[in-house]
Amino acid sequence: MMERIDVLKTYKLFIGGAFPRSESGRVYAISDPHGEHLANPSLASRKDLRDAVVAARSAFIGWSGATAYNRGQILYRMAEMVEGRSGQFVTEIVALEGVTPEVARQQVQESIDLLVWYAGWSDKISVVNGSTNPVSGPFYNFSIPEAIGVVVIFAEIENSLLNLVGAIAAVIVSGNTTVVIASEKYPLPAITFAECMATSDLPAGVVNVLTGKSSELAPWAASHMDVDAMDCSGLSSELLKQAQIEGVGNLKRIHTFSEIKSPERIVNFMEIKTVWHPIGI
Amino acid sequence: MSEPGQFSYAPALESAAIVSIRERYGLFIGGDFVEPNSDTFFATINPATEEKLSDIAGASAADVDRAVIAARVAYEKIWSPMPATERGKYLYRIARILQERAREFAVLETLDNGKPIRESRDTDMPLVAAHFFYHAGWTDKLNYAGVGAFPQPHGVVGQIIPWNFPMLMLAWKVAPALAAGNTVVLKPAETTSLTALLFAEVCQQAGLPAGVVNILTGDGSTGAALVNHPGIDKIAFTGSTEVGKLIATSIAGSSKSATLELGGKAANIVFDDAAIDEAVEGIVNGIFFNQGHVCCAGSRLLVQENIHDELLHKLKNRISLIRLGNPLDKNTDIGAINSAAQLAKINELAAAGDAEGGERWSAPCDIPDSGFWFAPTIFTGVSQTHRIAREEIFGPVLSVLTFRTPQEAIEKANNTPYGLSAGIWSEKGSKILWTASKLRAGVIWANTFNKFDPASPFGGYKESGWGREGGRHGLAAYLKASK
Repeated sequence: MMERIDVLKTYKLFIGGAFPRSESGRVYAISDPHGEHLANPSLASRKDLRDAVVAARSAFIGWSGATAYNRGQILYRMAEMVEGRSGQFVTEIVALEGVTPEVARQQVQESIDLLVWYAGWSDKISVVNGSTNPVSGPFYNFSIPEAIGVVVIFAEIENSLLNLVGAIAAVIVSGNTTVVIASEKYPLPAITFAECMATSDLPAGVVNVLTGKSSELAPWAASHMDVDAMDCSGLSSELLKQAQIEGVGNLKRIHTFSEIKSPERIVNFMEIKTVWHPIGI
Repeated sequence: MSEPGQFSYAPALESAAIVSIRERYGLFIGGDFVEPNSDTFFATINPATEEKLSDIAGASAADVDRAVIAARVAYEKIWSPMPATERGKYLYRIARILQERAREFAVLETLDNGKPIRESRDTDMPLVAAHFFYHAGWTDKLNYAGVGAFPQPHGVVGQIIPWNFPMLMLAWKVAPALAAGNTVVLKPAETTSLTALLFAEVCQQAGLPAGVVNILTGDGSTGAALVNHPGIDKIAFTGSTEVGKLIATSIAGSSKSATLELGGKAANIVFDDAAIDEAVEGIVNGIFFNQGHVCCAGSRLLVQENIHDELLHKLKNRISLIRLGNPLDKNTDIGAINSAAQLAKINELAAAGDAEGGERWSAPCDIPDSGFWFAPTIFTGVSQTHRIAREEIFGPVLSVLTFRTPQEAIEKANNTPYGLSAGIWSEKGSKILWTASKLRAGVIWANTFNKFDPASPFGGYKESGWGREGGRHGLAAYLKASK
């Protein structure tokens, strides 16, 4: 009897809640460490990036205006979805990164726990990073952190799921929306994670996932006038410098991080707003 | 309408005898005034009279190098190892001396900058002392600054400040930098160096260790040499968005971090349920404070259409009573424009306002014969595409636009690459908070305007800059997390 033929997944982009192919029609081949072909993910183009920014911008007012409680629950829901798909992530990471199932399982579990950790920050970051300010005069004065807008993330290459999940969670928990460019070398878990997000009550456009070449997309993201900030942790120092120069056009906030689990990742993508009002009768 | 001039004031001149200005000044490096390596000097003038006040040294790249080395030695050998409580005591000393010599500083600021003595005496100098006093208390509490336990200073900080609030901007920069344990090389603006040089004397009187504060006078080339010097760990700049972008480009790819406080084009939104007379005062304060040389000035008045005529009538009446003239006169509301170059820029943008169809109205005031002056001016009938609604004029020129619905007010207010400040006038609390939450700006004044405090973070969204100054957030910009 003939062995059953597996039904393989087509890895597409995630833009505005849908899973389109690249408008360019381009793909690139991904192999396992032994050179065996695994998949042909999309090679996202400049137009895909621009479409994703439009989707992220459209989602910003709704997402940043949602209650912190609501955002926290949705991030927690994302953790639930990853937990349910643990096996699939382990299989993908083993095939891609060439690690043992035990190491892959550990990465998946850490990713789930990291989502839960960031979910809990949604209604606490304002307390930790906001203030009421004792000004010298009859005024009530307070400072609150607010989401900055659209953030483009270049996710780190290694530990492709963990670094992707942490970077996304830190950016969106405060109300930002994002376009994330997955690990160029290990892009497949990012698309599977997009499938988790698509079933987590996350509004369309809050997270958009592209696969492709960082060297191609980074300068365009950096020069895009409707991108407010970038997490460039996954870029080489040359690409980072180029992004910093291109980003000057609208004075993008460009950051890199060494820790995946840190409130600094949240705080750096927020702006402090200070409000004054007189006190009197 | 009351007749301006009917009710006249006797002159009430503040004496300039309290200040002694040297014929020329060297650079303040390593605790002493030294001759500039370049042997270059330029004149600084009183913009109200165009009379020369003194000759100021132009620091060269070699002078920048000397100052950075002095700051590095002071950082490593003295300031950074010093117990934090002792560091704080130096800042308290400086605050006290600034209070003692406040009048001298106020008069000197008014002479060099052109701002009314009423403002330098009652706003600038009290805030300057308050900034040092506030930050003095932080030095031994840095573990609570929100940067984690045992935060570290950056090292040597290069600081470049503008001419609109010379001493206040110095205080905003120097006080938090020193409190966090950094040493500084500060460059004041070319046209307003005198109070910074007097501050050098204060550092000497306070016994501040040599090299902790270094002051280099000069033009943009001095600033560029400072930004590009490899011995600088952090840049703090207040000035134009244009120069801020040059700095951001210069430090790309380096390990230098930067705080940038840049331009603004603030919307001052007046709803039809505002207390109109209070709003009129707030509009006047918002745009005519400090001759409008204020990055957070309320330069775009957004008034709800149904109260436009009433508000403009009251506003013009009020502006007609503004007293423009000798900045040393205690009754003066509007002083001199800081420089001929700035006056030319204001004239150019006002002419663009005429050419694009805005309707100009200026207060009927006498303009002195010498010095640089611009009468308080309003443009009505301005649309969002006009240059005077988009570009920072940095002068006493108000652009008036209208809106019908709160949503339209928000859209117009946010329709700018800047995001520094905004104002809201309404008697309805929920509307104020709704509006404040929608405005993309770092400082929101509701039923007030142009208020500042060392405990209150200041800084902008979007192209108005990076980071905050003041409060815990401003202090944190001078610290980095412990590795």
